[in-house]
Amino acid sequence: MGESIKDKVAIIGMGCTQFGELWDKNVTDLMVEAAYEAYEDAGVEPSDIEAAWVGTFYEYSGMAGMAAGVPLRLQYKPVTRVENMCCTGSDALRNASYAVAARVYDIALAIGAEKIKDQGLSGLQGASGAGVHVYPSVAPPGIFAMLATRYFARYGLNPEEGKTMLAKISVKSHHNGSLNPKAHLRRKVTVEQVLNAPIIAWPLGVFDCCGVSDGSAAAVVVRAEDARKFREDPVYIKALQICIGHGQGNVRSDWDYTHIEETVRAGMAAYTEAGIKNPREEISMAEVHDCFSITEALIMEDLQFSPRGKVKEDIDSGFFELTGGLPVQPDGGLKSFGHPVGASGLRMMYEMYKQLQGKAGERQLKDPSLGLIHNLGGPPSSPAISCLIAGL
Amino acid sequence: MAGVVSYGAYIPYHRISREEFQRAWGGFAMPGEKAVANFDEDSITMAVEAAKDCLIGMDSVKIDALFLASTTLPYKEKLGSAIVSAALNLPANVRTVDFAGSLRVGTSALGCALDAINAGAARRVLVVAADTRIGAPAGQFEQALGDGAAALLLGDDDLIAEIQDSYFISDEFSGVWRADGDEFLRSWEDRMILDEGYSRVLPIAISELMQRCSLEPKDFAKVVYDAPVDVRRHARIANGLGFDPSQVQDTMFMTVGNTGSALATMMLVAALEEASPRDRILLTSYGNGADAFAMEVTDDINKLGERRGIKKHLESKRMVKNYETYLRWRDLLTLEPARRPERPPMSISELWREREQLLALCGQICTSCGTPQYEVRPGRVCVVCQAKDHFEPYCFADKKAGIFTFTQDRLQTSNDPPNTAVVVDFDGGGRGMFDLTDRDPEEVEVAMTVEMTFRKLYFNRGVHNYYWKARPVRC
Repeated sequence: MGESIKDKVAIIGMGCTQFGELWDKNVTDLMVEAAYEAYEDAGVEPSDIEAAWVGTFYEYSGMAGMAAGVPLRLQYKPVTRVENMCCTGSDALRNASYAVAARVYDIALAIGAEKIKDQGLSGLQGASGAGVHVYPSVAPPGIFAMLATRYFARYGLNPEEGKTMLAKISVKSHHNGSLNPKAHLRRKVTVEQVLNAPIIAWPLGVFDCCGVSDGSAAAVVVRAEDARKFREDPVYIKALQICIGHGQGNVRSDWDYTHIEETVRAGMAAYTEAGIKNPREEISMAEVHDCFSITEALIMEDLQFSPRGKVKEDIDSGFFELTGGLPVQPDGGLKSFGHPVGASGLRMMYEMYKQLQGKAGERQLKDPSLGLIHNLGGPPSSPAISCLIAGL
Repeated sequence: MAGVVSYGAYIPYHRISREEFQRAWGGFAMPGEKAVANFDEDSITMAVEAAKDCLIGMDSVKIDALFLASTTLPYKEKLGSAIVSAALNLPANVRTVDFAGSLRVGTSALGCALDAINAGAARRVLVVAADTRIGAPAGQFEQALGDGAAALLLGDDDLIAEIQDSYFISDEFSGVWRADGDEFLRSWEDRMILDEGYSRVLPIAISELMQRCSLEPKDFAKVVYDAPVDVRRHARIANGLGFDPSQVQDTMFMTVGNTGSALATMMLVAALEEASPRDRILLTSYGNGADAFAMEVTDDINKLGERRGIKKHLESKRMVKNYETYLRWRDLLTLEPARRPERPPMSISELWREREQLLALCGQICTSCGTPQYEVRPGRVCVVCQAKDHFEPYCFADKKAGIFTFTQDRLQTSNDPPNTAVVVDFDGGGRGMFDLTDRDPEEVEVAMTVEMTFRKLYFNRGVHNYYWKARPVRC
């Protein structure tokens, strides 16, 4: 077993674009806006960047290192494209962090971007070439809805109780998003509105689903010992964990569809790496992969924020609200930002970074010290999970 | 002497009241209802269903030949019986032949099968007939034609009915036909085609056969012969030949409709379901001539195990909501597409490589830890114990399963929204995610018992993509 990454790498600058249906912006606009905000924030020149890791999921958002090399004109620099489904942005940051920790580079850039809304589709597109396509004809909401069906069945929630529990998750995130000028969806909603919204995939309605947006976010990382040369308030990496499915959930009949084992394991590994004993008490705030309301509910239990089967109690008590014991999605989450796949992990880290620096405006939490970000990519039966922790 | 070893049948779950056609178009509604294939069914999938029903309790390894009869096969150049054989997981050395081109191909295939057996060229031949003919909207065929399939396992021992004699007529005639490229049936003027076709040729075939066997109408327990679209002509034949109405096998016009090349065989199955040892049955089918057979039921009819056949399939049904749904299922309307990605192309090489998983729903069982596992692209390393290449084939097609979880998806393109997708746990182990078909969305629930059914997922770039779906246990 290797060493922990804890306190070896620091983020010294971050950038994040407005997220949304950005009809008048192309992927170059997005990457340039995110990267140059990060450069300025870090106090570095574009030419100071020694290497970059760029996250794009869709080939139309950019392939290979050129995905960032071309828009940012990173002249003759080593750039690697990272793709790990919804963990793509987080994994770009993980790779850039490992590179500076290894002392191969002193200053590295992690950037993620996606230009989804040019495709003219409802929801996200899968990635598939010629093949035999026999997967059931359900879109991502349907795949995740099966978690809700099973969760309701396992814990004896009738449809109204179950859907109300989920609605409160969306109401909370919409509220937070309404306070965030960079969010795509900035409208508050009520539980009643969520419950009465059209069904997309039973039991999930339209407000149980995250938005679909364009956006980009970027981070500049250096070794921890160099961080204070750039700024007074760098944010330190505490844990970088990835856990990958092995195709088990829809093959083995012992998976319960009410938890995601990869999230449990990535969380435990991250807590060990960061030296966290009691995550519910020690984590100040979290941005997790709320692609759908039910996903967030399961993550709360998988990351040990709520006891198994008891997330409803914490949702009902407001534990995850901005004023609660462990605010979740303080920036509005995927729910309000949408999910430009390659950008999402870095967008989440942007909120943690700003919160830790006390620069989160109306959403500012009181004295946060540790922020967790979590992504879930692919089908819940065999996902890619990332769990990153950053702190002061 | 060759004869029938086993029978099976298939009638789609869905029916439409003929009043729905009158509601849509005005005019005249024929009485009763008809069977309607779901949007994911065609003659191939229905043939598989009927064949599986027929093969209950039979040893499919012994089958030497599979003859598929239909006028609605999905390919002009590609063997339908080979698809059916693959779905049934029959041995590679089975002789597969498609019979097409006439409404009597079901009985023509039967005749050829008997000849092969009597000549000693085969011991067991599976004959399947299936049809899904479509009448043009607002016409009499639209109301009259139904969908269905039947299967007969033929052999030279363990017979439930001995086929004792046969007689054939060929008669070049354009009464009802489809030219290459025609989607719908064409027909010449009604009375002429009946007077000089069906009503003239069928009685000759029946009379000649009876003469050959030295039998009279009273010697038969049942006379089974298919019907034209105008079913009134059916009764007149028996009447003219001296059969009592009680001897005449029902045409299922009121419940299923005219199932084309499958009709005579389906009616024979219905007759065998009610038959007693030593009953004589006369079977005739019309279409550019006629085929006629005389058979005698044996004592073994009582030993044949339970199958769904005609009777149980008839009882198990759900009405199609309305005529618009029917148009949608038959692909007779162009609908606004969902704003979802277009289907990527089918890879023929992958379809070939993974054919056992895709067409026969075969998976594997780990010989190290005993876990059954199903994946389209089967693992080389066990998902549980990580043993490498320690697998034996393990088939899921005949396993029942329970719904572990499900959703009703309204986002993805569908011909029968919402798309019901289920995760099922198979009896005996193994899990899979499948579409759920032939279901009432309101009735789907966790723990519901399902069975697997061979269906057509979609047609894309010239390829019909067949695969398996789950459905609530039919009956």
